[in-house]
Amino acid sequence: MNGRLILKDGTVFEGTGFGKTRPVAGEVVFATGMVGYPESLTDPSYKGQILVMTYPLVGSYGVPDRGSWESRSIKALGLIVSNYIDTPSHHSSKRTLRQWLEAENIPALEVKDTRALTKKLRTEGVSLAKIVFGRDIKFSDPNERNLVADVSTKKVIQEGSGRKTVVLVDCGVKQNIVAELLKRKVRVITVPWNYNIFEKKLCFDGILFSNGPGDPKMATDTIALARTAMEKRIPILGICLGNQILTLAAGGDTYKLRFGHRGQNHGAILVGTKKCYLTTQNHGFSIKRVPKGFRPWFINANDQTNEGIIHEKLPFMSVQFHPESHPGPLDTGWIFDEFLKQIK
Amino acid sequence: MIVNPKKILVLGSGALKIGEAGEFDYSGSQAMKALKEEKIKIILINPNIATIQTSPLLADEIYFLPVTPYFVEKVIARERPDGILLSFGGQTALNCGLALHRKGILKKYRVRVLGTPVEAIVLTEDRQKFADHLTKLGISVPKSKAATTLPAAVNIAKSIGYPVMVRAAYALGGQKSGMARNRPELEALARGALAIAPQILVEKYLHHYKELEYEVVRDAYDNCITVCNMENMDPLGIHTGDSIVVAPSQTLTNDEYHLLREASQKIVRSLGIVGECNVQYAVNPRPTSPRRSSVGQANPRFEFEVIEVNARLSRSSALASKATGYPLAYVAAKLALGKSLLDVQNQVTKVTRSFFEPSLDYVVVKIPRWDLEKFRGAEEKIGSAMKSVGEVMAIGRTFEEAIQKGVRMLGGRVQGVADNRFPDDKKTILRYLSIPTPKRLFALAESMRRGVSIKEIYKLTGIDPWFLHRIKNIVDHEQVLAKIKKKGLSKLFFLKLKQLGFSDRRIARILDIPDEDVTELRRKMKIRPSVFQIDTLAGEIPAKTNYLYLTYNGSHHDVKPLGPRSVIVLGSGPYHIGSSVEFDWSAVATALALPEYGRQSIIINCNPETVSTDYDMSERLYFDELSFETVSEIYDFENPEGLVVSVGGQRPNNLAPRLAAIGAKILGTSAENIDRAEDRNKFSALLDRLSIPQPRWNSFTDMQEAKQFASTVRYPVLVRPSYVLSGSAMSVCYNERELELFIEKATTLNKTHPVTISKFFTGAREIEFDAVAQKGRIQIYAISEHIENAGVHSGDATIVYPTQRVYASTERRIQKIAKDLARELEITGPINIQFLVKDNKVYVIEANLRASRTFPFLSKATRFNFAEVIVASFYGKARRIEIPYPDYAVVKSPQFSFARLAGADPLLHVEMSSTGEVACFGDTAEEALLKSIYASVPLSDKKAVLLSLGGAVNKKKFLEHAQMLYRAGYKIYATDTTCDFLNENNISSRKVYKVQENRKLNVLEFINQKKVAFVVNLTERDPEEQQALSPKITDGQLIRRAAVDNNIPLFTDLQLARSFVKALTTYKLDDLKIKSWNEYQGQNL
Repeated sequence: MNGRLILKDGTVFEGTGFGKTRPVAGEVVFATGMVGYPESLTDPSYKGQILVMTYPLVGSYGVPDRGSWESRSIKALGLIVSNYIDTPSHHSSKRTLRQWLEAENIPALEVKDTRALTKKLRTEGVSLAKIVFGRDIKFSDPNERNLVADVSTKKVIQEGSGRKTVVLVDCGVKQNIVAELLKRKVRVITVPWNYNIFEKKLCFDGILFSNGPGDPKMATDTIALARTAMEKRIPILGICLGNQILTLAAGGDTYKLRFGHRGQNHGAILVGTKKCYLTTQNHGFSIKRVPKGFRPWFINANDQTNEGIIHEKLPFMSVQFHPESHPGPLDTGWIFDEFLKQIK
Repeated sequence: MIVNPKKILVLGSGALKIGEAGEFDYSGSQAMKALKEEKIKIILINPNIATIQTSPLLADEIYFLPVTPYFVEKVIARERPDGILLSFGGQTALNCGLALHRKGILKKYRVRVLGTPVEAIVLTEDRQKFADHLTKLGISVPKSKAATTLPAAVNIAKSIGYPVMVRAAYALGGQKSGMARNRPELEALARGALAIAPQILVEKYLHHYKELEYEVVRDAYDNCITVCNMENMDPLGIHTGDSIVVAPSQTLTNDEYHLLREASQKIVRSLGIVGECNVQYAVNPRPTSPRRSSVGQANPRFEFEVIEVNARLSRSSALASKATGYPLAYVAAKLALGKSLLDVQNQVTKVTRSFFEPSLDYVVVKIPRWDLEKFRGAEEKIGSAMKSVGEVMAIGRTFEEAIQKGVRMLGGRVQGVADNRFPDDKKTILRYLSIPTPKRLFALAESMRRGVSIKEIYKLTGIDPWFLHRIKNIVDHEQVLAKIKKKGLSKLFFLKLKQLGFSDRRIARILDIPDEDVTELRRKMKIRPSVFQIDTLAGEIPAKTNYLYLTYNGSHHDVKPLGPRSVIVLGSGPYHIGSSVEFDWSAVATALALPEYGRQSIIINCNPETVSTDYDMSERLYFDELSFETVSEIYDFENPEGLVVSVGGQRPNNLAPRLAAIGAKILGTSAENIDRAEDRNKFSALLDRLSIPQPRWNSFTDMQEAKQFASTVRYPVLVRPSYVLSGSAMSVCYNERELELFIEKATTLNKTHPVTISKFFTGAREIEFDAVAQKGRIQIYAISEHIENAGVHSGDATIVYPTQRVYASTERRIQKIAKDLARELEITGPINIQFLVKDNKVYVIEANLRASRTFPFLSKATRFNFAEVIVASFYGKARRIEIPYPDYAVVKSPQFSFARLAGADPLLHVEMSSTGEVACFGDTAEEALLKSIYASVPLSDKKAVLLSLGGAVNKKKFLEHAQMLYRAGYKIYATDTTCDFLNENNISSRKVYKVQENRKLNVLEFINQKKVAFVVNLTERDPEEQQALSPKITDGQLIRRAAVDNNIPLFTDLQLARSFVKALTTYKLDDLKIKSWNEYQGQNL
């Protein structure tokens, strides 16, 4: 069925539908990774967003079972590709992408010129957008909602066992962050974004503030939690949204990028060295001002934006990129080791 | 870590050959560009005179000398460079560098190997040690063991279990590798491999595994990136050079993609690579032990093995560069100087750094080009030893679009993957599926059309169903089109066909209407291609790139037209027999000369091995088809001043009439005059009118008339059928019986398929005349001469400049004829005329109104850039140049690749079979000849030769030269009557016996012992007719094949053999002067 992607400025991209024919409205963003559509679609950071894949062929290896997913369901609002492949070939494929999208009630369009769309978003910035099939609906700005509350866990989950215990504050966590911790023999307690761990008398050695969708300034409870943790000098690791939360908690500031970083090929330079790491990125907000007591840890090799901060003396650190990858390169898994080293 | 060399020696790869082709002109050129920016003095050794890297714009000093330890050491001693680059000249440069390292020469002269340390290279080149190294890293390699003897190989195979794979160590392009299902197959393979390598590897054969490659870059600060991954459509077992390859991979999940990436980087780090490295993997498509997993607890079943690592720039890295826009060789050269990936700017975006991994928003398909039908007797089957001579790369936004483009790029005749001429016989098609050959891609489509299931095709081919489904999609659409006919063709469906890569011509054929009608309808429906950029970042960041392609999967253009100050230069397409790097040189030199006349150059080409497809060689690069449809679409879009069709070989030249017909402006000689030279009938009439002699010829549709003509002009005659059933496109017939047999067996003779017969002169000399004219007046010319007599294709001939044996009166006659032809054809631009000289009479064989194969050779031999004169002539700015007679000589020798083509007879004939060429300078023609032979064959210093001189004439004519060898202390072995003849003439020689004589030592056993430095095998006369007609293999054929299989130089032409022996016995190795190009031409002295 034919559908349309309509941007806030009225631009229309005609396309052919291949998922659920249901209208949706949110924000449209593009991602430049060439593999990993199951991981991306289930990444809670895409909550409220229509995802445009710049790589034109999507669906090629079908949909694997939940093991490769980043959460229990598709979190992206909709999907735009240039050439949908309905004949996947892979031993791990359980169904086609179309079947999955339909089952999860997610609309998708095949829009031939995704490059024109990408260039528009690049020059004019991310835009509100909607996918419609016939009947029109209103635009809706996901950033006005507290998206973190939407995707965060509702209950406390305990997993793994080990000498060290880490509280994982779930702002929309990717499951591979949990997996990376478990792999390192850590006991993980996943808690909701606004769960007051200090009142609940949990026993733990460090806190990890996860990735998540939307404007970090909406997550006021999480920021307050981070502030308390810093006062108590508990080792902290922030990832993506967590980087922004730590920054805000420590008195720094964040801002919205014009078109964000969403890809698997961004270089992050370890400040003060000639070392550079290839990272996965998925963020629309960035650090404007590094808080007092902290120094820049990483910067982006291309546009020099901040990619992480680390405290001069205390065990607080955070990165803007995704050390857990999935999708993307496995170059920065050592960040988890670095964090766990801070826990004696 | 930063090293500051002032003078760097770069080693080239020599002549183009199968397994080592144009890609090293690209990598060497890029490396030199990178060095030049750092103001480093560059010394280049490369005898490949047709390359762009051997141009003054890149290197400071160029030595046209063999890339062998002896010559390189001499150059090092003279030039005293402080650094050397080994990884930009293929296996040739690498092997030479390793030898210099082992001999302590680099240490002696304090030459630092820049980039990857030698130890790492040594490790990767030793298969057993490298396998052990990887195992230690925890990376799996196929179960294997090295053997140095045949019995050892048999034992290893037994312990691993059949089928097994056999590979030769230190061999380029998988030479002598293959799969053995049983002991006899193993023995045959192992024997062949041990003949060329001291060590072979016997390993587990991985049936129907996927094959993947990663291109990795690392700097001296341990920053490591993976620029590109590629997936072979053909499963493991077919050499990657002979595989259809796509980029990026299509059937890998995120985990698989990144686990292979991680493994690649682990390997590269463990080796300490600084620069570029290629890692090849085999991946099990159906791994065992399934496991269930919960969210985020990925437990991917994944089994992979490392197949090969190349610690240097390779064919794949050239492809990866073009596929992504990431200039791998340029960056690798910078890193070799100690720079970091963060220091080097992204050459495409000019705003980002080189530390990133390109993100593609298109798909790339590479298809090899084989020319197996050009080699008599060569096996059609392809496998783990590379046989292709060139390749194309196609870019599209769907796989279908890319692969259909690619198929058309190959030769221009086949219009798509479903366009084939398989016989109506299912058995034949199934055979073509199960036995890999160049035709397999087409067999896929044909079998689908006949209802063979994807499952079955997968079982037979091992090609991943993903690819099969895409091809099926093309077949399905074609079948729908055939049903709906023209009136049913909606805009939507038409657009869909274009998005799936259908050409107008293919659609026209299916609808059975003229091409023009389809194009007209398409344009009326406003279905036009979009011009897209390759920007390395999938549009994420604005890029200043001029690297473009066309797609129908778009609705906008990334660039604006350049307009009337631009000029389109058409490149040559894939390299193949008869069209190689020499045309790339002409195209690049033309593009570079255009700015001087205020013009912006636009190159169109589709060959990833070229320098012309480096985006900094032109103002704009379209990596796209050289078809009429594509070129005219680009012409329409760009609205340029005009097109240059005369510098890319025959392919662009052929487009001239159709382009002119739609009003496109052809720069230089008019399309009408090009046609007058191309059309045999028109040209012949023109020669007659100008009273220019030509060998008598005529076309025949009747055997009786043909015979009558042949006996009137007297045998031998050259016969060229217009329709070829099998085998050669032409042949020389010496008598009526041969004529009858050739025509009956090799062709069909009827009204629509006439045969052209022309008088063939024996013992005639062939002369090349190359010139550039302006408005019918010749502005610059050069005359060169073949060493071989007429009958050897000019591309296979040894050519000397200046002429050595041509009378002044003959030269004057040649000049007069050329002048008349240039005037008559109103030539502006290049012209090449081939002359025959017999009994002091000059005949014209053919004229080409385009830059010929000899253009770069002559431009460099004379130091006058003919391409610059071509461009000047377009603008009326060419001035007459009188080239002074040189006090040196230059000889160009062909390079053959027979060793890689099992079964092919290395005998030269009227059809071309060389894959490349070299040329060297000397104070005399003899010195130059000897150097150029050293540069094209591995001549050992053994003081023994094998002579096999067929027929009384050859014996007599070679006698003096046999004497020379004898006097020079060569031990002479000879076959049968040759031996008797020599002994009778007081040249003591030892007899080796014929194969069928069943006596020790027979000639094959003898050659296998590798006792001789070279073999001279002269046949009484070109016996190809008998061979083509009788299946019996002659002794001569066995001798030639054995020489080639044992890597022993072989001479089959009397004139060349004589010249060579004279040169060899006149000059000692020490006498060969080590002089740079500048020194020969008296510059910078």
